[in-house]
Amino acid sequence: MNKRSNEPFLWMLFSAGGVVSAMLMPVHLFLFGLAFPLGWLDAPSQERLLAIVRHPVTRAYLLVLCSLPLFHWAHRFRFTLYDGLQIKHLNELINIFCYGGAVLGTALAAYLLWSIP
Amino acid sequence: MINPTEYLPKSYHTRISTYWWLTRWAYLKFILREASSVFVAWIVVLTLLQIRALTDGPAEYAELQKWLQSPLLLALNAVSFFFVVFHAVTWFNLAPKAMAIRVRGKRLPGLAIAAPNYVAWAAISAAVAWILLRG
Amino acid sequence: MANRITLEVTRYHPAHDEKPRLEAYEVPLRKEWVVLDALNYIKDHLDGSLSFRWSCRMGVCGSCGMTVNGVPKLTCATFLSDYAPGPVRVEPMKNFPVLRDLIVDTSDFLLKLAKSKPWIIRKVEKPLDEEYFQTPTQLDAYKQFSMCINCMLCYAACQVYGLDPLFSGPAAIALAQRYNLDSRDQGAGERLDILSHHEGIWGCTFVGECTKVCPNNVDPAGAIQQYKLTATMEWVKSFVLPRGAK
Repeated sequence: MNKRSNEPFLWMLFSAGGVVSAMLMPVHLFLFGLAFPLGWLDAPSQERLLAIVRHPVTRAYLLVLCSLPLFHWAHRFRFTLYDGLQIKHLNELINIFCYGGAVLGTALAAYLLWSIP
Repeated sequence: MINPTEYLPKSYHTRISTYWWLTRWAYLKFILREASSVFVAWIVVLTLLQIRALTDGPAEYAELQKWLQSPLLLALNAVSFFFVVFHAVTWFNLAPKAMAIRVRGKRLPGLAIAAPNYVAWAAISAAVAWILLRG
Repeated sequence: MANRITLEVTRYHPAHDEKPRLEAYEVPLRKEWVVLDALNYIKDHLDGSLSFRWSCRMGVCGSCGMTVNGVPKLTCATFLSDYAPGPVRVEPMKNFPVLRDLIVDTSDFLLKLAKSKPWIIRKVEKPLDEEYFQTPTQLDAYKQFSMCINCMLCYAACQVYGLDPLFSGPAAIALAQRYNLDSRDQGAGERLDILSHHEGIWGCTFVGECTKVCPNNVDPAGAIQQYKLTATMEWVKSFVLPRGAK
């Protein structure tokens, strides 16, 4: 096995992120992006939401919800730029942008979740 | 190994158009599936904004909710919802192809792998909605 | 049904032509005729210089792959009447260099095929008078992938191969899987070393067209994703298990 290749690791993150986004994102977006703003359903109060989010299990859940889908995005977006726009020669720049973005996003999510009072 | 091409006088090489993904419906569906990842990233950004506003306090949170009621954001989220559902459906439908699960020597039919995914999707969505909506 | 149909066929002569052009031929439209019959009619009656490959004319040899109305097809299994009233456009397979008319240079595929070691690898061969037994279940594990006839339609359909010629491509990977899953084979590790490079399997973005155009339901797209899963598990194992334990 070629140990230098990190593709299996990136593919694993991509797949895990794909599962997380498929399972969880539709319901989250439906509630917070459509049903609550449009008044179809009663939105939970800020107090109640904060109480839910404060729980360590919720924090861990939200970290997963933010981190893995970003790696999923990074992988797909990278290959869309390679094949869809045929700019594979810029692969170093693309890799830094995509996976760097995912790492930064994960760090930001961890920081935000950590600083919840 | 000998590469015979080297000894041929000439051959014609075509180049794939940059817009190849517009040339056929199947390719367009593929590129839309890949493009769904951009909306996945947007949902992460939205979630991060929500977490920050929640932490900042009731006034900031109310302001974010007002912003989410603007037509632009509603339109963006409606489109994002379409794409993320498209991602979920294509993901669950392709899962059986990537997994050759054999039970007593026979490969499980695609439906036997896809169906539990859909059941889990429904159950998880209901659980998330219940936690947020109860009380 | 009109009794004639027009074929627009790619013509290219490397000595005289800068690039391929289309030429129209009118051929009889018969119910039992496939596109290959029409091409043979052109060669026999209209223009003997038209060049194309064919052999068995019954979907076994895999030589007559071409692009029919934009889609990779075995021309011996593609009925003319399905395209009536026409015209039908017949072009060489995409993603390969065109040598002449409808003939493409397949060397790259042959090199890639050899690289994936599509034969049974044994650490120690059994003596010649001993057999390798295989149960129907063990046969079933790889049978689907063994149906490949090397027609290269999947390469013609694969945009990733067209864009990145380093990509191993559908059939070579499906055939690697065919031997990996064979109970008599012990070469999975060797093949993984070759195919788990970025250019080997990871370039595939699962467009899925290779599987759609396959005349024998080999499902190379599935084979590649399954191979990715295997390669990932091997990668995890190489971390979890101590060196040499796998």
